[in-house]
Order: sequence, then structure tokens, then C-alpha cells
Amino acid sequence: MRALHHFNGGVHPPEHKCESTLRPIQQPPLPEKLVIPLHQHIGNSAKPLVEAGDTVLKGQMIGKAEGYVSGAIHAPTSGKILSVGHESVPHPSGLKDLCIVLEPDGLESWIDLQPLDPLNMDPSTLRNRLRDAGVVGLGGAVFPSFIKLNPGTGKRIKTLVLNGAECEPYITCDDMLMRERAREIIEGAAVMRHMLHAEEVVIGIEDNKPQAISAMREAAGQSMEVVAVPTIYPGGGAKQLIRVLTGIEVPAGERSTDLGVQCFNVATAASVHRAIRYGEPVLSRIVTVTGNVRNPGNFEALIGTPMDHLIDQTGPLEGSTGAIMGGPMMGFDLPSTAVPVVKATNCIIVKSDALFPKKPQPMPCIRCARCAESCPADLQPQELYWFAKAGNFGKAQEYALFDCIECGCCSYVCPSHIPLVQFYRYAKSEIWAQEREKKAADLARIRHDLRLERIEREKREKAERLAQKSAQAKTAENSQPEQK
Amino acid sequence: MLDAILVMSGLALFLGGVLGYASIRFHVQGNALVEKIDAILPQTQCAQCGFPGCRPYAEAIAEGRADINQCPPGGDANIHKLADLLGVEFKPLNASHGEPKPKSVAFIDESTCIGCTLCLQACPVDAICGAPKQMHTIIAQECTGCELCIAPCPVDCIFMIPVQENISNWKWKQPAYLKGTA
Repeated sequence: MRALHHFNGGVHPPEHKCESTLRPIQQPPLPEKLVIPLHQHIGNSAKPLVEAGDTVLKGQMIGKAEGYVSGAIHAPTSGKILSVGHESVPHPSGLKDLCIVLEPDGLESWIDLQPLDPLNMDPSTLRNRLRDAGVVGLGGAVFPSFIKLNPGTGKRIKTLVLNGAECEPYITCDDMLMRERAREIIEGAAVMRHMLHAEEVVIGIEDNKPQAISAMREAAGQSMEVVAVPTIYPGGGAKQLIRVLTGIEVPAGERSTDLGVQCFNVATAASVHRAIRYGEPVLSRIVTVTGNVRNPGNFEALIGTPMDHLIDQTGPLEGSTGAIMGGPMMGFDLPSTAVPVVKATNCIIVKSDALFPKKPQPMPCIRCARCAESCPADLQPQELYWFAKAGNFGKAQEYALFDCIECGCCSYVCPSHIPLVQFYRYAKSEIWAQEREKKAADLARIRHDLRLERIEREKREKAERLAQKSAQAKTAENSQPEQK
Repeated sequence: MLDAILVMSGLALFLGGVLGYASIRFHVQGNALVEKIDAILPQTQCAQCGFPGCRPYAEAIAEGRADINQCPPGGDANIHKLADLLGVEFKPLNASHGEPKPKSVAFIDESTCIGCTLCLQACPVDAICGAPKQMHTIIAQECTGCELCIAPCPVDCIFMIPVQENISNWKWKQPAYLKGTA
């Protein structure tokens, strides 16, 4: 039995998970069209490989990974490309982004799949396969997995942690996946263990999912350890789960890989398995649709499925007031539900005033420090709030703003109802913008200096030419009388 | 008595040696303060501060000839940084040097451009591409939005276009309904 550790802080919000676990994972009917964004992962957008009018097969690559940190995008079903252009995407800004619009032909004709036998293969070949299969972290961060599966020279990964904690209220997609497809997850974990040469695999699942735990234990057998961890939000944060399972606290500015631990979501493990063993790229994901709907449940939705289409399957109820992508703690309000499901879409919550009452008007901070007590990253949210609010971002960074995981515990416990996390998001994006500006400024400085240097050089050359000319004229003058 | 003199002069020689070594070993090339100030300035080279570029302004600040609040493109954020660096109080932007504007990029209406090269000579960062009697155009990624090319243009064919928001440069907004409360 593994001795469990704990992290400071955390909260116990109402779970609301039972509603969507009553039915098995459903296959929604094929929508009329799929809108597939080219930027569904951390890093560079994929580069489109198709044009309007092309016909594509299911699984065909339609967007190529661009640069190192990027992922490929595939046609989730066979059909015709209607357009490549800017469409609404699930993003808090409501701005449009480059998407490929696909009209399914209903034939589901696949590309030729090329299964690999991973355990006898070089990890580098497998990483290339994962990159081309568009495998990214499906826990919500959508970081390209092949990069995380490259431990780098000289680093040893001792422990591979699989994250099945799923701590956020309402979301049950990982729970259902573990109940129904534990085999796939374990197979994927075995491939990952091989790629990382990890000594042990530990699968952490919160103890509010007994069915998932027993299914996973059965599938794992003796090869991997399935550990029930206490239910507390945000116990499914990568750093929090690593701390609970291994006792290792990842220091600020370091990665868990530096300490010999790597962490993946269970759904990512399943997609690794499919990409390697069957050659299937990431074409779909499990999405929880819940909240103000008649039959909440989980759907295996093709990437690009309009969210409206999924919500329609659950029978929307009266009194809906918008929707959230992700959970109620970390998700964001969707500007509209006419946006596609992307690789990051783990959950769609239809809101109503009954489920999500309007937050009271924020009151001044009374310095009670309950936010500090609840912070799982051991930060001082009240200080970060002052600095972010005052626009004093340098100071916020000194107080480790970037160790904030935006879990929302501080906002949840704040008796003054201050939207603290929004302030941190604001401060972070301002700092990123400043960094971009700094880069541009450095470039401008170099160009300005080069220009001044060039002007100086031209002046000098001109003066030299003039001097040369006048010297020539002088020698000519001197020599002329002699010729006479 | 003699012991004391020997000890003191020995100490003096030793410490002098240490200081002498340190001054050579840790010698700083150029004016470090000017470099630090220049690193904070936005490098638009727009001269709104009253100096012919960011570096001359940095030198003026370092020598105490200029105040820290004369740079409109840098805005309050930069004044905070300068105040932190120099250990002085923050002061709001001096409005006589101009107001902060949204970041813009110059655009040349190519059908009107006569190819006079006057803007090329005005551009502090060589962000305009062109040649005499040839059409000119702005290299948008290099343009700092300093507006120095607008005045010299004899046919008024240069406009400033504000940089549009897109998904990659979008920023979370400050929660608005809390402004004014503490």
C-alpha cells in the first residue's frame, strides 16, 4: 500500500457528477458539417494541407504540425472540404480563427491504417507517430504529448503518473472512459512506460469514482498501481496529484521531469494506444454534456462537432443562460454554443440561473486570507490581487504569479466574491504581451543601431571619397605645371 | 606602538590591494545605467520625449537631464519600471509629450506613392522597403509605429492602422466592475 501525501489548501465544491454517469458513452449522429480549427493545441497552428473542394478520407491529415511545438489535425470523417477560413471557435475572446469546414459524406471511408508494434520499437519513431497523429494532452492543457514523452538526454523518468483524478465538478468524461475502456488506457500507459523507460506506473483516481477504480484495477493487474486518492479539488492538478502520490513537491520554475516524474491524463493514454496500435489519429474525444439539460451524459464526439448538436442530443431545458466549456471552476463562458468541439473540450455545461446563480456584487477585500488558506499552490492570492489590480505586474511575478494554476479555489472561498482568478489571468496575459513587446523592442533597437552605424559608415566613406578626390586634384595641379 | 603601526599599515596595504584588484576584475564597460534604462524603453525611436531616439533619452535620464515620465509609447508600465530601477517615486505620464495610443503600424497607399524615398530616410528602424522612383512598402513586423514617416511624405500616402486583436495577441481584460473599490 502506497503512503499518500497531501497538498495544502483545496476546496470541496458540490460534485454534480452523478447526473452524467447514468448512461454509457453515447455515439451522437453525424452532424451536417464539422468545423475543425487548426489551432487546437499549445504551440503553433497547424498548416492547412487541403483546399475547398477536396475530398478527404477519415483520418487523413488536413493540417500539418508546424515547428516543434505543434500538432497535426485530421479529418474526423470522410467527406468534402467546404472551405478553409475564419470561423467561430471555443475561445473566451469570441474571436474567429482559421478552421477547415468539412461536409461528411456518411461513408466513413478510412485511410490505410498502419499499426505499430511499439514495445519493439525505438521511442523516437513512436514520438514521430504521435506527432503526426495529433496526440495532445486531453486533460485540458492540450500540450503535444510527443514532447512530454521525450525525457531528454541525461534525465531519467522514474515514475509515470496517469491522472484519472478528474477533480472538477460536473466533468465525468475520464470517469466514463476508465469504466468502459480501461484496457485502452492501460495499453497506452504501457507504451508510454516503454517510451520513457519509467520504472513504475501509478494511476491516481479520486475515491469518488469506485467503478472506475475497480475497472482500472482489473485491467492493470499487477503491472501498474491504481491508487484511490482523497477527493478534494484540485487534486487532479498535475502538480497536486504528483505530490499526493509521490510526496514530491515540484519547485517553482522547475518541471516534474527534472525530478523524475511525468504525468499524463488517462484519455491521453487511450489516444496514444489508438495512435500506435491501430494507427488511428485523434479524431474524437469523450465530452460530458451536462447542466440544464434533460439527459446529461457523455458523448464520443468527432472533433469539429458543433456543440449545439451535442446539446440537442441531451434535450435542452427552458431557462438556459449560456454555456461553459470545461468545469465550473476553471472553464470559461462560451461566447456562443455554435462553436465546434475541440481536443480541449472535456465538458460542456449548459447554465441556468438555478444551477449558477448570479454572483453577488464584489465587495472590498477584507484581508481575511481565506484565499491563502485554500491555495493549493501555496501562494498569497490576496497579494497577487493587489498587484494585479494596481497593474504592478513585476511585483505580481515576484510573488510567483506564474505558479498559479488558475484553479479558482481563491475565488470560490472569497467572502467578498472577488473574481480573483480573473485578475491573475489578466495579469498573466498582460505580462505575456509585455514580453512580446520586449522582443519587438529588442529587434527595433538592433535595427536602429544598425541604421545609425550604416549612416555613420556612409558619411565616413563619403568623406574618404572627397578626401581622395581632393588629393587627386592636388596631385594633378602639382603635376600640370611640369607638363607645360 | 610599533606593532600597532605595522598592523594598521599592513591592513591598509592588503585592503588597498583587494580594492585595486576588484576595480580591474569587476570593471564595467560603458555606462551600465544607460543600458538598463535603454532596455526598459520601448525602442519606437519616435522622439516624442524630446530626444532623437530611445538611447539619447536613456542617457539624458541617467544624467538627470530628463524626467522618467516623457515616453508616451511606454506608458505607465514603463514609468513604474524606471521608477523601480532608479529608486524614485512613480509619476504619471507628462501629457505635454503626447498621449499613449493603441499600437499601430504604418501603411503606404501604394497607388499614391511617388517613390521619393523621403519616408525611407525618416524611418528609424529601416522598416520601409523601396528605392527612388519605385513603389515603397512597410515591413509590418518591423514597424514600431513611431509615425516619423508621415510628416515627410509629400503626397500624404502613409496612414497608421491600429493593430487588430486576434486569438494569439488577445488579452484577458481587467475585471471592470471592481474598478474604484479596494
